[in-house]
Amino acid sequence: MVDATDATFIALSVATVGGAVVALEAKEIIYGAVGLAASFFGVASLFFLLDSPFVAIFQITVYVGAVAVLILFTVMLVREGKGIGDSAGPGAAFATLVTVVALVFSLVESFFAAGFPDASEQATAPNFIDIGKLLSGQYAPVLELLALVLAASALAALTLAKVDPVSKTGEKEAR
Amino acid sequence: MTVALSDYLVVSALLFGVGIYGLATKRNAMRLVFAIEILVNAANINFIAFNRYLWPSVVGQTAVLFSIALAAAEGAVILAIVVVAYRIHEDVDVSELNELRG
Repeated sequence: MVDATDATFIALSVATVGGAVVALEAKEIIYGAVGLAASFFGVASLFFLLDSPFVAIFQITVYVGAVAVLILFTVMLVREGKGIGDSAGPGAAFATLVTVVALVFSLVESFFAAGFPDASEQATAPNFIDIGKLLSGQYAPVLELLALVLAASALAALTLAKVDPVSKTGEKEAR
Repeated sequence: MTVALSDYLVVSALLFGVGIYGLATKRNAMRLVFAIEILVNAANINFIAFNRYLWPSVVGQTAVLFSIALAAAEGAVILAIVVVAYRIHEDVDVSELNELRG
């Protein structure tokens, strides 16, 4: 019997995996970026289904709000190249497909063989107040380190993207 | 039927497969970025699902918060590198970017 939760789960799973496939296979890369955003959104909705609303909202703000928009802008800046094929040859693509199908099949097979207790969610949904306690207590040093990493990455991105007119013309002449 | 842990794991495995396929076959740097982000999302689903079904605390959710922040940082740097590579080569085909080859 399929009830509302199952239907929601199936729809969200199809949207998530379908969005990922569109992201990689869409002819226009800009549609791929939109498919990727849809996939991120599907993952966030799966987090909601798993009673993790805080992480779901974090996922929406960071992935759909920041990363997807960043990717969209980069796609606009970076037009397709000189028409060289996007993929490896059809033979290589087929071989990869076979390998990946075998990999996924063995993963799924091992999930079912592992005999996880089915349909026995923890009685109480985890509370996001506990996340705050963990982040400000046990994991506070990790949070600080993460802040440093974020600052470093922002600096690195800015340094990389800085246009230096002199060196740019120099590169043009060198080519 | 209720949604079980293995259902989430299957979705995660499918996403993982799609990501690996993209990483192995695509040569456009932007598509590779897409594939990496898909892989990170597949891993995050696993964390949350195992946390919800098997572990009565929020350690998994906290790990996913860290993972999302790290993925955002990594995405920013990768996209900056892609823009710089495009500025120099006017192309984002990774098989053409071979100046560091030994």
